[in-house]
Amino acid sequence: MSAGPNVLLEARSVGKRFGGVQALKDVSLTIRRQEIYGLIGPNGAGKTTFFNVLTGLYQRDSGDVLFDEQALDLASPYRVAEAGIARTFQNIRLFGSMTAIENVMVGRHVRTHVGVIGAILRTGRQRAEEAAIKRRAEELLHYVGIAHRAGDLARHLSYGDQRRLEIARALATEPKLLALDEPAAGMNATETEGLRELIVGLRADGLTVLLIEHDVKLVMGLCNRVAVLDYGEKIAEDVPAVVQKDPKVIEAYLGGSVGE
Amino acid sequence: MNRKTIGFVLIALALLILPHLLTQVGTAWVRIANLAILFVFLSLGLNIVVGMAGLLDLGYVAFYAVGAYTWALLASPHFGLHLPFWVILPIGAMLACIAGAVLGAPTLRLRGDYLAIVTLGFGEIVRIFMNNLSAPFNITNGPKGVTRIDGMQLGDMNFMATDTLFGIPFTGPTKYYYALLLLLLLIIVVNLRLQNSRIGRAWVAIREDEVAAKAAGINTRNVKLLAFAMGASFGGIAGGMFAAMQGFVSPESFILHESIMILAMVVLGGMGNVWGVIAGALLLSFVPEFLRYTVEPVQQALFGHLLIEPEILRMLLFGIALVLTMRFRPAGLWPESRHKQEMKEAKEASA
Repeated sequence: MSAGPNVLLEARSVGKRFGGVQALKDVSLTIRRQEIYGLIGPNGAGKTTFFNVLTGLYQRDSGDVLFDEQALDLASPYRVAEAGIARTFQNIRLFGSMTAIENVMVGRHVRTHVGVIGAILRTGRQRAEEAAIKRRAEELLHYVGIAHRAGDLARHLSYGDQRRLEIARALATEPKLLALDEPAAGMNATETEGLRELIVGLRADGLTVLLIEHDVKLVMGLCNRVAVLDYGEKIAEDVPAVVQKDPKVIEAYLGGSVGE
Repeated sequence: MNRKTIGFVLIALALLILPHLLTQVGTAWVRIANLAILFVFLSLGLNIVVGMAGLLDLGYVAFYAVGAYTWALLASPHFGLHLPFWVILPIGAMLACIAGAVLGAPTLRLRGDYLAIVTLGFGEIVRIFMNNLSAPFNITNGPKGVTRIDGMQLGDMNFMATDTLFGIPFTGPTKYYYALLLLLLLIIVVNLRLQNSRIGRAWVAIREDEVAAKAAGINTRNVKLLAFAMGASFGGIAGGMFAAMQGFVSPESFILHESIMILAMVVLGGMGNVWGVIAGALLLSFVPEFLRYTVEPVQQALFGHLLIEPEILRMLLFGIALVLTMRFRPAGLWPESRHKQEMKEAKEASA
């Protein structure tokens, strides 16, 4: 297994231990460009841990990650964002007392440059950059369908809109890979359907999506390929139809062996 | 001309004639006004650290001290140096800036209470340094402080003497008042511009949710250091002006009490809102002084003798005012508009 040009991300034997718990055990997986890649598994299987390692929030104990044909610097989250991986959180983390558009504008930070001096002198470059940040943020709010809430505080948005806002903020960093941690959690059927359309649209626009999800129906219908984690180990990786029938996967989910 | 412009012009005019009116009451009041403006500088500096970036800093007075000692040592007979103000002030701001970054660096992983304790310690360390850097080489002159510090000098104009222009006397404190007003204008503009910039948004993002800020691509280490450094530089400028006006600095001026006062100004006025912080600083500077001059005569008139010492009553009223503010306006008198909504919402939720 070596990374070809159509592979966006390749994790090699990633391990993470918390005290006596081996949260991730030699997890290797390959995400291809422009696919929706699902990461599923029972509670406590290590999905979010993998996300946190991948985005630099946790430091891994072993393994490494190739991203876009280069070794990914996992030392700090902002470097991961710089490299082109953006994420959302399982329990939405917005900047609550900033407006929706400001939240998205913060996402532009990593792709913009003007610092303190530029801001104080309000140079031409600063004004141009600031205008571009604002324009891009407006576009992204429009893209995720909450342009009408631009001036509202993030904490005042409805649950579904907050999810969308978090995705817009992630998109503002111009990611190549968008990692969504249980985006459908707590959503009703209509909101989930809207989310599905949004994610399909992202793929159509050239983005690669890594998706942690509990909603099996959503995952199976949406993902090109799926990996299953159980007790920190990858037990399957394939197209949904095959994974669904994998006895190991069924065992992990149902807690018993098949065929007994 | 619309209403807003007229308002601005009126405020500007009022600010321009204020020292002349105050002189009628007593020159002391011009000095009080000058100190109040210095506290506005300090509060605005601390507002960047506490209000915008959400880093609770209890040692802010250290940077005030750095600025003051920079002026004291570069413009006094102590080292025989007499540099002009336009050299010293930027140096003072720079040194405070560096001190801010150096003292901020070890605290980057700390939050909330822990950060407060460590910065409180740093503030004390700086003061104790100033107290003890008199041996083996006498740098700060220890607890005796540095005396006979040069005032500000602009060309032939000495800020310590009185000049008459168009028949209007301009006393020393009045001239300082105008210089401070000019600096204040500059500092307000800098603050407002920073607030609505890429860096300002990053500061607020860190205050709101540091983990999310990191994940959104903000280099939180650098951006926090920047907050410490920028905030400190304002303290450095305030310190320099303080040394020039007083002509004397000693470590006693830079005690923890000062840090807490400045923090109280920021909190009372409204964290994160430049105008609120200015209001808070002015209020907490003027009201105690006003009480100092009124408490005694009022008691004499009412009871015929002094019942409560003015100093005690002053602190008592001050305490009550703070408690009442926290009870009825927990986000400050003039909160950041986003904050205000938040508080309203919390109230509705609890109702």
